[in-house]
Amino acid sequence: MTSWFESPDDATTRLRAAGYLTDDATALTTYLAGALEKPLLVEGPAGVGKTELAKAVARATGAELVRLQCYEGLDEARALYEWNYKKQLLRIQASQGDDAAWSEVHDDIFTEEFLLTRPLLSAIRRDEPTVLLVDEVDKTDVEVEGLLLEVLSDFQVTIPELGTVSATRRPFVVLTSNASRELSEAVKRRCLFLHLGYPDAERERAIVISQVPGLDHRVAAQLVDVVVRLRELELKKAPSIAESVDWARTLIALQVGDLDEDTVSRTLGVVLKHASDQQRAVKELKLAVR
Amino acid sequence: MTLLDTHIGFVEALRSAGLSVSLAEGLDAISALERVQWHDRETVRAAYAATLVKRQPQRVTFDAVFDIYYPRLIGGGVAGDGLEPVDGPQDAGPQLERFREALAAALASADAQALQDLAVEAVARFGAMPGRGPGLSSWSAYTSLQRVSPGELMDRLVRGLLAAGMEPEQAERTAGRRIGDFTRLVEGDARRRIAEEKGPEHVAGVTVRPTIDRLDFTAARRSDLDEMRREIYPLARRLAARLTKEQHARRRGPLDVRRTVRASIATGGVPLETHHRPRRPHRTDLVVLCDVSGSVANFAQFTLMLVYALREAFSGVRAFTFVDDVVEVSDTFRQGADVVEVMESLASSISQAALWGRTNYGRALTRFAEEHGDAVGPRSSLLVLGDGRSNYSDLALPVLADLAGRARHAWWLNPEHPRHWGTGDSAADRYGEVVPMVECRNLAQLGEFVHEVVQPHPTR
Repeated sequence: MTSWFESPDDATTRLRAAGYLTDDATALTTYLAGALEKPLLVEGPAGVGKTELAKAVARATGAELVRLQCYEGLDEARALYEWNYKKQLLRIQASQGDDAAWSEVHDDIFTEEFLLTRPLLSAIRRDEPTVLLVDEVDKTDVEVEGLLLEVLSDFQVTIPELGTVSATRRPFVVLTSNASRELSEAVKRRCLFLHLGYPDAERERAIVISQVPGLDHRVAAQLVDVVVRLRELELKKAPSIAESVDWARTLIALQVGDLDEDTVSRTLGVVLKHASDQQRAVKELKLAVR
Repeated sequence: MTLLDTHIGFVEALRSAGLSVSLAEGLDAISALERVQWHDRETVRAAYAATLVKRQPQRVTFDAVFDIYYPRLIGGGVAGDGLEPVDGPQDAGPQLERFREALAAALASADAQALQDLAVEAVARFGAMPGRGPGLSSWSAYTSLQRVSPGELMDRLVRGLLAAGMEPEQAERTAGRRIGDFTRLVEGDARRRIAEEKGPEHVAGVTVRPTIDRLDFTAARRSDLDEMRREIYPLARRLAARLTKEQHARRRGPLDVRRTVRASIATGGVPLETHHRPRRPHRTDLVVLCDVSGSVANFAQFTLMLVYALREAFSGVRAFTFVDDVVEVSDTFRQGADVVEVMESLASSISQAALWGRTNYGRALTRFAEEHGDAVGPRSSLLVLGDGRSNYSDLALPVLADLAGRARHAWWLNPEHPRHWGTGDSAADRYGEVVPMVECRNLAQLGEFVHEVVQPHPTR
């Protein structure tokens, strides 16, 4: 049994080496999720690095990332496993000429060969270190949560025809959620909880600089300054870290050496995605209307 | 008290403050604590938070309870020697002067450590109320804040920030935030002192405020209202997501033979999966009639905002505000409008809604029926918002009954607790006989109710 991280400090260092800057609470919770072998539920606004955390854990520990992207209508067949009906039908049709007994064919068509493993089952069956990312779990229907319960608490899956498949090696599970739906108590009870919010100005500056090489430190400071002020306004969609980074890349592409008012109002569309938000920003930041 | 006692007391206090902490989670917390170093208080806090808190809005409550059970320091702490209250006049002028100078400097530089130390000092020096009878606490955040009055430093702080090259508005915001933070530090430290004296169980039960979505509209402070307003859009988004999902679940209509047969070709003519026609979504018009007099103005704003944020769920929304006269405000909420602007124009429309200036439900209902009666029809749902306090005037019950009778559904949302319905000048009980009256005092109840209204009822 491997431990994922030695200590919270180890988590900080290794995640940083993998290009992910954490704060203390995030590092500690990530470490605990590995040490206690419990799934980690990460909640927070869009674009603050929830999915990125899972990817960084995979990079930092040399594990492979198995990703289950959740969406409305996701079912067992897409999340767990499915029998390859078409292949089974072919097998049955192919055996019709023979005198082979039905029972033989029956045993034959419910074997590994006809099993299509989907992310959850794949993650459990892997022998190598695995990070299982269940992305946007709040987008699924409530029934899928029931499915996750068995996987998350016992790390096993029961397939009627094959029996129970247990994990030989527990994956590091990260669930992400935008909290657009309240998850059931049962799922939450099995997880550690981490809320990722917007970082403080200093950490955001560090993130932007580390993500966008070649960015002038002064411009980075100006940029983070504006973003922090934008978040204070009552906007429909406040700019996220991902959008700050996009903005920094835009400035590099435009070869801007100074983030003055004119540049801000020209490139506002990179960070604000609603017309009313942009108007509001122009008004509140007293930008020249173009 | 042993550590285990503290842990159990802490978990108990969280439960009584409304967090559902199960036994399993308590055990998780202990095994998490076994894995971390204890020398840093924030580490212990984060370990507890990761295992016990499962919803972000509960975090504020959690932090307050944590600070009581795992105090930052005991008494005045090492740095606070000589700060213990002395008998006699303890907050003499020079000391207060010196303290306020230090506070101004700390606020100007936003030195977190200095502010925390000053908060401790403020409570120790200016918040002590020695010699009070048994059962009364001898520390008061109120008294210390009265003496220190950090609000008076506002102007000075703003000037300092302006001199440092900050924009006027931002300087004001920053100054306000720093002073607010300091106030919270003082309140927290007073709680800690009281807890030290009277035991944490007592304080946890008394001082912990409910989370923002359970806070009464009428009991909200200014800063709470801002926070609530920020919650409106996320709330509307969550509701909309939930609705779409439920509609999808119910969408399976009659069998779509064409698609089923076509899909069966892939499996050699065996229809393994059936396809269904989607069911037609069912939508209603919504007519909102909203009391905007002073006593319910907050509540009215939130409800109107939420209804408009959800307008995709209705085929048409019309809103009317009244005090004693009726004004249509549907235009205020144009597509993609800015929240703050809408709030401002709503506030200005409130003045137009008053003819005489006193709430008069009877006259408002009558005028509504006369001027906009055609808005209510068999396809529309009527929603009346208000506390039903009509200054003992005529209630126009038949008018309301007629309107409710013409509408497909009718509800009345009341921001008061049901035990106040029908007391004083409240006509809530009498209106309640005509139109079903629903208690709606906080964001959580509001969200639940709107979900109920918008939900497509099975066709009848």
